Amino acid sequence: MTLAVSLPTEQRPDHQEDSHWLPVCDRSALTPGRGVAALLPDGGQVALFLDRAGRPYAIDNRDPFTGAYVLSRGLTGSADGRPFVASPLLKQRFDLETGTCLDDPAVSVPVYRVREIN
Amino acid sequence: MAATAVPTLVLIGHGMVGQRFLEALADRGVTERARVVVLCEEPRPAYDRVQLTSYFSGRTPEDLSLIDPDFMARHGIELHLGDPATAIDRAARTVTARSGLTVAYDTLVLATGSYPFVPPVPGADSAGCFVYRTVEDLLAIEEYAKNCRTGTVVGGGLLGLEAAGALKGLGLRTRIVEFQPRLMAVQVDEGGGSALRRTVEEMDIDVHTGVGGKEIVAGGDGAVRAMELSDGSRVETDLVIFSAGVRPRDQLARDCGLAVGERGGIVVDERCRTEDPAVYAIGECALAADGKVYGLVAPGYEMAATAAATIAGDHEAAAFTGADTSTKLKLLGVDVASFGDAHGATPGCLDVVYADSRSGVYKKLVIGADGELLGGVLVGDAESYGLLRPLTGTVPPLAPEQLVLPAGAGAPAGALGPAALPDDAVICNCHNVTKGTIRSAVSEHSCTTVPEVKKCTKAGTGCGSCVKALTTLVNDELTAGGVVVDQGLCGCFPHTRAELYEIVRTRRLTSYAELLDGHGRAEARGGDGCETCKPTVASIIASLAPTVGADGYVLDGEQSALQDTNDHFLANLQRNGSYSVVPRIPGGEITPEKLITIGEVARDFGLYTKITGGQRIDLFGARVDQLPRIWARLVDAGFESGHAYGKALRTVKSCVGQTWCRYGVQDSVRMAIDLELRYRGLRSPHKLKSAVSGCARECAEARGKDFGVIATSNGWNLYVGGNGGADPRHADLLAQDLSDAELIRLIDRFLMFYIRTADRLERTSAWLERIEGGLDHVRDVVVHDSLGLCGELESLMAAHVSAYRDEWADTLADPDRLARFVSFVNAPGAPDPAVRFVPERDQIKPDLPLLSGPTLPVRTLADAPTASGTRTLEGTATR
Repeated sequence: MTLAVSLPTEQRPDHQEDSHWLPVCDRSALTPGRGVAALLPDGGQVALFLDRAGRPYAIDNRDPFTGAYVLSRGLTGSADGRPFVASPLLKQRFDLETGTCLDDPAVSVPVYRVREIN
Repeated sequence: MAATAVPTLVLIGHGMVGQRFLEALADRGVTERARVVVLCEEPRPAYDRVQLTSYFSGRTPEDLSLIDPDFMARHGIELHLGDPATAIDRAARTVTARSGLTVAYDTLVLATGSYPFVPPVPGADSAGCFVYRTVEDLLAIEEYAKNCRTGTVVGGGLLGLEAAGALKGLGLRTRIVEFQPRLMAVQVDEGGGSALRRTVEEMDIDVHTGVGGKEIVAGGDGAVRAMELSDGSRVETDLVIFSAGVRPRDQLARDCGLAVGERGGIVVDERCRTEDPAVYAIGECALAADGKVYGLVAPGYEMAATAAATIAGDHEAAAFTGADTSTKLKLLGVDVASFGDAHGATPGCLDVVYADSRSGVYKKLVIGADGELLGGVLVGDAESYGLLRPLTGTVPPLAPEQLVLPAGAGAPAGALGPAALPDDAVICNCHNVTKGTIRSAVSEHSCTTVPEVKKCTKAGTGCGSCVKALTTLVNDELTAGGVVVDQGLCGCFPHTRAELYEIVRTRRLTSYAELLDGHGRAEARGGDGCETCKPTVASIIASLAPTVGADGYVLDGEQSALQDTNDHFLANLQRNGSYSVVPRIPGGEITPEKLITIGEVARDFGLYTKITGGQRIDLFGARVDQLPRIWARLVDAGFESGHAYGKALRTVKSCVGQTWCRYGVQDSVRMAIDLELRYRGLRSPHKLKSAVSGCARECAEARGKDFGVIATSNGWNLYVGGNGGADPRHADLLAQDLSDAELIRLIDRFLMFYIRTADRLERTSAWLERIEGGLDHVRDVVVHDSLGLCGELESLMAAHVSAYRDEWADTLADPDRLARFVSFVNAPGAPDPAVRFVPERDQIKPDLPLLSGPTLPVRTLADAPTASGTRTLEGTATR
């Protein structure tokens, strides 16, 4: 099983529907609770996570508070039933489903759709 | 001489009370309006005479100093050291000092203290006879004792017992001769005296009571040989310390015609003024308005405050009409306390006594005719002092016999708590803080923790004996105010770290998920935990790994997902997403070959190098994908992980010690290496730092460490709970003159007890201050084995030591473990384009503007190499 992320529209070659999903890695490359980073065709970076139940999440890898591309290296958790990752630098938490910073709602990171493909 | 335009205040004597008086003057602005001249007999400024004996356990005279180095300069005070006043001319209002200096005064304050009373026995001026009062006395005793085998202390009071302990510590066969029928006759009664005597004798100190010295016998060289006693017996001794009480130093006052008491002491009124309105007397030289001379420092401080207030023109301030002489002390390791009417002098009073000779415990309460508590004596167990003293004068809420029974022996638990005390009961005697003040700190000043209340009220910041009562009061008040005191670690667990440690240890749990689902808060079970508890539990499991059967390698399976990024990549994350690398350099000792290897690795990978505070070398600017290749080179050269990334032992610093240094008395480098290799890899609640100094000059700064070792000529002194950083704290002496084996065994126990009971991210310094009973409790547990835990603590450490493996060598040996060291899961060979550097001072620094910019220089998938091996950003070298 391969995990794939959905690219923003402007990055889709020829706007073709079947290239809408960018295959990233095999699911087995991820440990629940731990993230990995993937490089996008335009040089951007995405952070992928699996939660304890095996659900995948993808958000932008850039920590907006420091500018460093490190969110994939944060620790995940759940608060009030919402999955989050805490930046490994200054520990702000980001909702993995909405990208909103739980400690400063004015800040958010882009969220990517993610699914499994065969 | 007439008074000058700026009034002049002369202070004679710069002891503890004199210094407190100067501080009070400065606080009231008097030092800005007046010239202040201080004449001090001793060659050093005010120091803590109460703690004098701690010189023998390693505190230097500088440690004992009571003044900031710039205090005198800041307040424009003229301090003349080593120049005592010799005469006062009250008519001319001048003081003359030994050097000939004559100062005209408008106000004169006498704070000349006391002098030790030396009984008028023949031979008392022989070489080898000392008194025990100043730092200079101690230095002289220490020097003379080097050539002695036996020592005798004349006087079995408070200071006499301290002096005996000091002689014992100097390795002398020690004897106490006390004229009174018991030890500490002023403070304790007969029963307390015999309990104390038994305990002192068990320490191998001979005690003779009811006899006095009749003559000191000197040899032909004028040095002490023996002492003849009033009962006709004779004891051989090489050294004598007179500690038979003190007398007020009032000679200057007598000479200038001021009134003194029948038994000495300069007569003063409630404002500490003598019959001459321009002259004041404070402290031990004064005979207070209640007709007493006070030999304790607390009343002296009160007199200093009163005199300063009066001189500043504040006549509303508290007058000095007498003081509470309650005391609680630890002498030779024995708790001794007395309070109120300890000797039962009140007509019609009755005693309630509990005595257990086997354990050396004696407690007596004096109860008045109406059932009120009048006073008491506690020897061997003074735990209840903090509660009993404030109850003095009231009818206690429990029958007196229940108040003296040991805990668990029939005394209803908790029935006599701080809750039972009235609001005006003084909880903190050192700072005179009442229960009401503490309660209002919580209810009115919004303090919600004990440290906040300590800061707000100063309660508990003196001797610390009231912290237990203080904690209970604060928690009671918080609960009463509707604040739920949730001690839980985080939103996932209702337990403290120490409780989680016990759960993991006793249930032998090796899985975070199992712990969360079985012991987490209901709403957190089945969830993903959080960034607080995951690394905490990972650390607990790692600390206990060999014991509970978990894998000691922290990066396999579920353990891997619990670690902070630093532990996960075995390196330290820096602000631009790069990592730094710190190889272990035990004790800071390194061969030239290894230094060259570090230099070559840094050069070849283009890393920034810096010497750390812990005597090792930090290499900055490595990308995740470079870490395995950097470490392959380091491990090849014989390096191993320095655990700079972990909440674990960091370094054990050392000075070069006896091997090279002309002052060194032990091999500090060897000990530092032994300790670093023993405790390397030990996971703990927070980082652990250590150091070993080869002599008392302390070049390794061991007292700023979690556990610091300082060499003595007899072995090692162990200090614990030190800290640098934002909240510096000098480490406290835990034990002295230890052999190598004793030292290591004690550190084993100390570290394991800390790991077991500390909170998350709580350094040893904060832990020592928080834990109930503080340093004394920790000493009881790890030195005296009061909880019977020591065997277990030692075996836990033994398991750690034998299970240690180098994490980096293990990682390099396993391709699966190496797989994580890539910047991108979908382009394993591609370096991270966001990790870039710019030059600075011939090295690199992070390119931070790159990170703040809207877009990055593009390295797309199309041109990213797919095989590993690209080195384009690795630096300039090609080897």
